[in-house]
Amino acid sequence: MSDQITTDPTKPAQRMRAGSMVLPLTPWLIAAVALLILPFIFTNNSAITIMNQMAITIIFALAYNMLLGQGGMLSFGHAVYAGVGGFACMHIINATDFFANLPLPLLPIFGGLFGMGLATIVGSFSTRKAGTVFAMISLGVGELIAACSVIIVAFFGGEEGISGDRTYGLPFFGVEFLQQIEVYYLIAAWLMISAVLMYLYSRTPMGRMANAVRDNPERAEFLGYSARWVRFYSFVASGFFAGIAGALFAINYEILTEENLNTTQSGIILLVTFLGGVGFFFGPIIGAIVFTLVQTVLSLQTELWAFYLGMIFVATVMFFPGGLAGLIMMHVPAWRLGKLGHLAWPYLKTLGGGLIGCLGAAALIEMIFHLRHASIGDHEMTLFWTTFDSHTVLPWIIAGAVTVIGFAICRATAPAMVEAWNEANAASKVTT
Amino acid sequence: MDLILVNLIDGLVTGLLLFMLSAGLTLIFSMMGVLNFAHASFYMLGAYFAFQISLALGFWMGLLLAPLIVGVLGAGVERYGLRRVHQYGHVPELIFTFGLALLIEELVQFIWGKNQMPYAAPEILQFTAFSIAGNSIPAYKIFMIFISVAIFIGLLWVLTRTRVGMIIQAALTYPKTVEALGHNVPLIFMGVFGVGTALAGVAGVIAGPVLGTFPGMAFVLGSIVFVTIVIGGLGSLWGALVASLMIGWITTFSKAYNLRMEDLLTTLGFTKPEAIADSPWRDLWSITSPQIADILPYILMVLILIFRPYGLFGKRGV
Repeated sequence: MSDQITTDPTKPAQRMRAGSMVLPLTPWLIAAVALLILPFIFTNNSAITIMNQMAITIIFALAYNMLLGQGGMLSFGHAVYAGVGGFACMHIINATDFFANLPLPLLPIFGGLFGMGLATIVGSFSTRKAGTVFAMISLGVGELIAACSVIIVAFFGGEEGISGDRTYGLPFFGVEFLQQIEVYYLIAAWLMISAVLMYLYSRTPMGRMANAVRDNPERAEFLGYSARWVRFYSFVASGFFAGIAGALFAINYEILTEENLNTTQSGIILLVTFLGGVGFFFGPIIGAIVFTLVQTVLSLQTELWAFYLGMIFVATVMFFPGGLAGLIMMHVPAWRLGKLGHLAWPYLKTLGGGLIGCLGAAALIEMIFHLRHASIGDHEMTLFWTTFDSHTVLPWIIAGAVTVIGFAICRATAPAMVEAWNEANAASKVTT
Repeated sequence: MDLILVNLIDGLVTGLLLFMLSAGLTLIFSMMGVLNFAHASFYMLGAYFAFQISLALGFWMGLLLAPLIVGVLGAGVERYGLRRVHQYGHVPELIFTFGLALLIEELVQFIWGKNQMPYAAPEILQFTAFSIAGNSIPAYKIFMIFISVAIFIGLLWVLTRTRVGMIIQAALTYPKTVEALGHNVPLIFMGVFGVGTALAGVAGVIAGPVLGTFPGMAFVLGSIVFVTIVIGGLGSLWGALVASLMIGWITTFSKAYNLRMEDLLTTLGFTKPEAIADSPWRDLWSITSPQIADILPYILMVLILIFRPYGLFGKRGV
């Protein structure tokens, strides 16, 4: 699971493994066990709600990364395929006669098929070119279908969307999916199935050709592969898994609205995937987990969470285009050399300083926000468990000083960290 | 007939406004190969800056200063952001501008809040210029038309008649050769990006009072601007003009005339089902043209991309 998607042709071992469809068992087993026992650790309902949301986002982000990371196609309207899959499933749930004979766990297959159907139609003309053209068509089609949701009321339900009741399905071994926890296991099972399938797909010759077309379409064509068809197949496969995510959304929330299709949703999935890292298979998983946590936890703390998230996103694009997964994988060479320990102390100094600086800056931002937007006469604000008057000078001095000191530490220790980094990655040099 | 004239003027205003945004966007694209997703965000910044300046110094100083500030900001984004991301390729560039668009929207909400700003046209322009069959045309609309036309002529003159314009045109096609001749191509890129965003800023300043100055204004116009330059042909200034006017008129006319799908289908020989409320086609029968006015540009774009992928006036396939 952790090996890189771009294979290094100079290493025979990797070249051999590239085509084989062997599943490295350990990480998958760990993931499966983790999914099984998580509800026993976090037992309350809100935690399970968050985990459901997380699992759905993971499937969607992995499906999106089949396009962006593995196929090199940037889509600005991918929520449409998840949304249409979800809407179709909602209609199946509402078709009482049919649904009464269908076990609920099989429903996501239908969602996937509908997502795939739409992707086949759109992909037939949108995958002719990659890059900017594909991005533009995806945006146009996405906007078109999102706008249609208010016009075609019969299918999309207009402004209020459509809702249904998942419990009318055929009981699955006696389980009627009345409780959140039962839904959690359904979603977790589908998460495992889809993640394994998507991983195996990326190992097939088809998945490998998608990488080749991403890196050099011209050369792939000279080798006799049609870049267009390779892109088309990736697109259709991605549409299928996006549809599954949409179906799970329908099962979990029992309501779908225009919000599941619109450009905002498509933008979020791009953000999640890129934040996690598009270069590695497990990148979107990290992205989805971090994003869902940030969204649910940080949004309880501050109104400005989207602002912080936007800043993190722009910083990621500018400085770490590999995302979180890229950052983690940067440390593999040092780990292989057994020198990861040497990095701990320099990291603590520099990043700790940076973190303090960021918290100070966040405090300043919150105080400015409070100063500008709190109702008149409301001078009290609570920040980091302390309540103070935002109209006095002292808090500003403290926050400013913390910011300056934090960043100063970060800056002063940065050269030492770079040196430690270089040393940890130098194979020949013997440390004494 | 009178109504047609009124709609023609309304569509012209919308179209010219779109053109001011798409002109900068298409110039930036043809020069750097970057589709600037945040272009409409600079338009929004223009409106907000102008509002803030107009509180202190009045509308006219806002019209003068706000685009300058936006242009400097845009040049800064190119110099310190895009140039850095450029090394990773075109897709990360697109993602960067997308992230920037998100960030600017959040920033605007952070500073000015979520409500609409009371940004209004100056007193001196708040009168009726003339009226056509009872429909009054405000002077501000005429003012908007004049400003946009003046900018278009100015842009055309700079690009085709001045030395700077010649260098820019040369840099569009042969950046390497222009660099070899001793011109600072990165500086030209930065300048074009700055001017392009400043144009978007002007559009924001003059559109703010009419279309409203609120945090969603970039989002409303943003994707339409993309559609415009794709229809017109990426990199073509004339294409941007024609496509902008076309979209302006199409949306205005389909909003003004209530054409019903029911009539169309009946003329084509279909009969309306008796039990229309239960029919799966009920939405098709009830579609009216004002309802679909806003999605017509997207349909047009998809059709153009399928049948003529390089746009109306584009020379190269996108």
